[in-house]
Amino acid sequence: MPMAVPAVGGTPNGTSTSMPNGTASNLKADDNIARFSAPSRPLSPLGEHTLFHPKTRCFVYGLQPKAVQGMLDFDFICKRTTPSVAGIIYTFGGQFVSKMYWGTSETLLPVYQSSEKAMAKHSDVDTVVNFASSRSVYQSTMELMEFPQIKCIAIIAEGVPERRAREILHVAKKKGITIIGPATVGGIKPGAFKIGNTGGMMDNIVASKLYRKGSVGYVSKSGGMSNELNNIIAHNTDGVYEGVAIGGDRYPGTTFIDHMLRYQADPECKILVLLGEVGGVEEYRVIEAVKSGVITKPIVAWAIGTVASMLKTEVQFGHAGSFANSQLETAAKKNESMRAAGFHVPETFEDLPATLSKVYQSLVQDGTIKPQPEPAVPKIPIDYAWAQELGLIRKPAAFISTISDDRGQELLYAGMPISDVFRDNIGIGGVMSLLWFRRRLPDYASKFLEMVLMLTADHGPAVSGAMNTIITTRAGKDLISALVSGLLTIGSRFGGALDGAAEEFTKAYDKGLSPRDFVDTMRKENKLIPGIGHRVKSRNNPDLRVTLVKEFVHANFPKTTLLDYALAVESVTTSKKDNLILNVDGCVAVCFVDLLRNCGAFSPEEAEDYLRMGVLNGLFVLGRSIGLIAHFLDQKRLRTGLYRHPWDDITYLLPNLNNGAPGNEGRVLA
Amino acid sequence: MSAKSILEADGKAILNYHLTRAPVIKPTPLPPSATHNAPPRLASLHFPEGAAVKDILDQAEVTYPWLLQSGSKFVAKPDQLIKRRGKSGLLALNKTWPEAKAWIEERAGKVQRVETVDGVLRQFLVEPFVPHPQDTEYYININSVREGDWILFTHEGGVDVGDVDEKAEKLLIPVDLSEFPSNEEIAAALLKKVPQGVHNVLVDFISRLYAVYVDCQFTYLEINPLVVIPNADATSAEVHFLDLAAKLDQTAEFECGAKWAIARSATALGLPNVPSQSTKVTVDVGPPMEFPAPFGREMSKEEAYIAEMDAKTGASLKLTILNGNGRVWTLVAGGGASVVYADAIASAGFASELANYGEYSGAPTETQTYNYARTVLDLMLRAPMHPEGKVLFIGGGIANFTNVASTFKGVIRALREVAPLLNEHKVQIWVRRAGPNYQEGLKNIKNVGQELQLNMHVFGPEMHVSGIVPLALIPGKMNDSIKEFSG
Repeated sequence: MPMAVPAVGGTPNGTSTSMPNGTASNLKADDNIARFSAPSRPLSPLGEHTLFHPKTRCFVYGLQPKAVQGMLDFDFICKRTTPSVAGIIYTFGGQFVSKMYWGTSETLLPVYQSSEKAMAKHSDVDTVVNFASSRSVYQSTMELMEFPQIKCIAIIAEGVPERRAREILHVAKKKGITIIGPATVGGIKPGAFKIGNTGGMMDNIVASKLYRKGSVGYVSKSGGMSNELNNIIAHNTDGVYEGVAIGGDRYPGTTFIDHMLRYQADPECKILVLLGEVGGVEEYRVIEAVKSGVITKPIVAWAIGTVASMLKTEVQFGHAGSFANSQLETAAKKNESMRAAGFHVPETFEDLPATLSKVYQSLVQDGTIKPQPEPAVPKIPIDYAWAQELGLIRKPAAFISTISDDRGQELLYAGMPISDVFRDNIGIGGVMSLLWFRRRLPDYASKFLEMVLMLTADHGPAVSGAMNTIITTRAGKDLISALVSGLLTIGSRFGGALDGAAEEFTKAYDKGLSPRDFVDTMRKENKLIPGIGHRVKSRNNPDLRVTLVKEFVHANFPKTTLLDYALAVESVTTSKKDNLILNVDGCVAVCFVDLLRNCGAFSPEEAEDYLRMGVLNGLFVLGRSIGLIAHFLDQKRLRTGLYRHPWDDITYLLPNLNNGAPGNEGRVLA
Repeated sequence: MSAKSILEADGKAILNYHLTRAPVIKPTPLPPSATHNAPPRLASLHFPEGAAVKDILDQAEVTYPWLLQSGSKFVAKPDQLIKRRGKSGLLALNKTWPEAKAWIEERAGKVQRVETVDGVLRQFLVEPFVPHPQDTEYYININSVREGDWILFTHEGGVDVGDVDEKAEKLLIPVDLSEFPSNEEIAAALLKKVPQGVHNVLVDFISRLYAVYVDCQFTYLEINPLVVIPNADATSAEVHFLDLAAKLDQTAEFECGAKWAIARSATALGLPNVPSQSTKVTVDVGPPMEFPAPFGREMSKEEAYIAEMDAKTGASLKLTILNGNGRVWTLVAGGGASVVYADAIASAGFASELANYGEYSGAPTETQTYNYARTVLDLMLRAPMHPEGKVLFIGGGIANFTNVASTFKGVIRALREVAPLLNEHKVQIWVRRAGPNYQEGLKNIKNVGQELQLNMHVFGPEMHVSGIVPLALIPGKMNDSIKEFSG
């Protein structure tokens, strides 16, 4: 599979497409994208003790744009020339590149669907930050360890089964791979490399001076506390040299001793800090190393969880591994043993900064540590989204919405949480009143809206809209096409009687025309009165639908002015011809006007506004959609084939070019 | 989520079902048995609060008809993760059903002291009594360490097994199962003091037991006594695990949940009288595994509520009530920081006044934080007032990615709702937190404190993570030179 964008060392503007963005300049979006060639390997081979260095390159396994951006920002303020992340491995991916910021410009990180491809492309990568879930992390880590180039894997997931964790660390040990985690935030080497979310946001990284190296190496169990250590170390010494959070599980891939030994071997690391915890016996291996003289650098240490021995019952603390199975595993015993072995162990954890400061000062005095001049504090551009969350910036919005909001805990309809919509059982009419009119209407009004939907839902297969839907369906089109072809028929002739009736009746009433004057005017203008007349129903054979609406409206509406007016018009027209009754469209239309004008929820201006916007047509469209979908389903169910209208049902009259101008078709030629 | 103890009845059900089913790691000395084990006879009886003990015992006779077989003798014991029950007089051996019934009736629902812990007896296990010669009692223990799994075995099992660490034979099975020892190696390592004649039978059983341990992801398994009675030609044996304690790795639920569940299904347990088509749909065949709270630490309604919330989200929410009438309450973010706070409170001399342990982390939503905070506040304000007032720590480390302002919104909402009560109970509130957008979070909480006239002190990252604990609890530590967050 070819990469959509050259992954490394790509030709500049390889796939650039000009982006018309409205500005007159010739700047292309692509011009702001930084591209990096593969870095050369460090010239001198690094010591065994070096896990991370300023040229460390890694993959991030899993789609974690925030964490990756954090790593790139860190690289940028550490003045790395290439980002530490070479690519993203995302097995569910379909995307070839992921766009990231490099300072203020942008860069593209390749996204690979398989580890194999990623490894083949980037032979310089030796580290993976694995964000796979607790369920899949075993399989992916085992796979990653198959590649000889991988030297270190950080496992972030919490809740990895203990047997799987042990299998991973067993294989890793055989292959000489360093595993950090599971259940950790990772680790950080100031000025060089940061794993995932370690160190928190950029402002904290700057506050804890993690952009340049110090002299203190630490190992902690907890990821949260590692951040606290960054802070303590920054305030009491010349800063962090390297820090690793091994994770709170029972079987971390590497433990205190592994990293302590590295720090011991690294000449640039001068002070060791160990933050242990109740549970496990790994601290004792560090004690042995000190006793046997393997570790000689000063260690400031504390084991948290001293409270456990003072409680009456056993408590499982936040970390899975923090549970003492024997006296040896208690924090109190660990602190005591570490103190006895010559570690600098404070009285309480609160005293640790003072202890650390004392050790640091003594090393400065004897010249072991020479404090370096402080470099300028780097600036990192703040992300737009974050700045907005902090309330630092504002910008005019391109869109405004005043009816619904999906951003919060619950979907809101005009301010009403969706759970209330159901609890109050406001029905579809209630939802319509919220979304269409942004207010709760009285119950009878919601009921009336629902009645209209029910009445307009369908009017048989023969009407134009339904016909169009049926024909489209039979042409093999999908639901939306069939529905829309029916809906597009709606206009002043089909389904338009509602709007027309509302308009004409309202106009006449508002002008103060008497019903008889209204009928006369319309006749003089040769206009049919919309909403009057039915093909079969008459005064003596009334349309039951109209009766239903009339009864409901008379029983529930506070005022029925326009309905009463329309009924008076009906009595004029029926006196001329029996079937010129107020039909269902006319009745619904005038009642709806009565509702808008008299229910008390609308000002007169609002009522007119809604009518002008065509809300009545909306009612018809919504109601009739039910019927049109029904016709679609019906045709599909019946497996009807493509429709072709029979020739004999079409009169063909074509112009005969030999017989003068068109327009004379059908004339019998003399 | 970690290694959790399970009921003895569940442990036995899993062993009984999977002993013949779990794939053995290497061929064992005996041919695989042609039939699977018969359903185990485990009458597991639960006596919920307020239920009539007698009704439950009567129902047991319907559910477990074998209890009524004439001439049967039974063992009855509480099944609540209590160690050394025999020593505490919580073991009724060789009893007829009416005797066992009376024994249980006397104890069910009553408070019992075991060593230093008081707890209510609610869960009992009744099984057939197995008469056996003393020399068939063995002890076996499998437990996991970093390098592999230790198998401890001694031929002198029973109540008086003594210090097994000292006297048991030990064998470390490496994590990599391709290095699993041969039958001869197992026999040589563990069975030195056992007559040659039963070696095959025991090696076979130990291998199968270990296969279940691996297949069902136990982290601890102890059987004492383990009774193995070989048949005449030692080609097979009758094995009874009389007393058992086990822990499963709860995090392995996604791999083993189905195996745990099926062993506990009505069919596997041979319960014809339990409606097999229960109306409740479960994820697996059989009920999901239950992980009971330790003896004497029955989960309160509130703890259960938080545990449920915890199980339903990616965030972590934990709450353990240590002393509901304690003066010192904590509302701390972060698995590590929460322990540090508890430590600091204890080292200030307030271990007995520490009311709760808990933590929230992993970016909980505002609503989750609100519900969590509200639960803790309710518990604190429901307890009787204390003449010296109470102390609430709203603490936490420097968050890595949680937006502090947004989680604090939840805390603030909860504080607002109970503000008058907080003052009535004379609650001092000490706040320390940092991380993304902490400035906003601290400013908001400080404003609310002032607006509602709460006795509140607010600190940011300049303060040591748990530095507020001594300031609040040890008189004279707080002075004017210590600057609060000024926002």
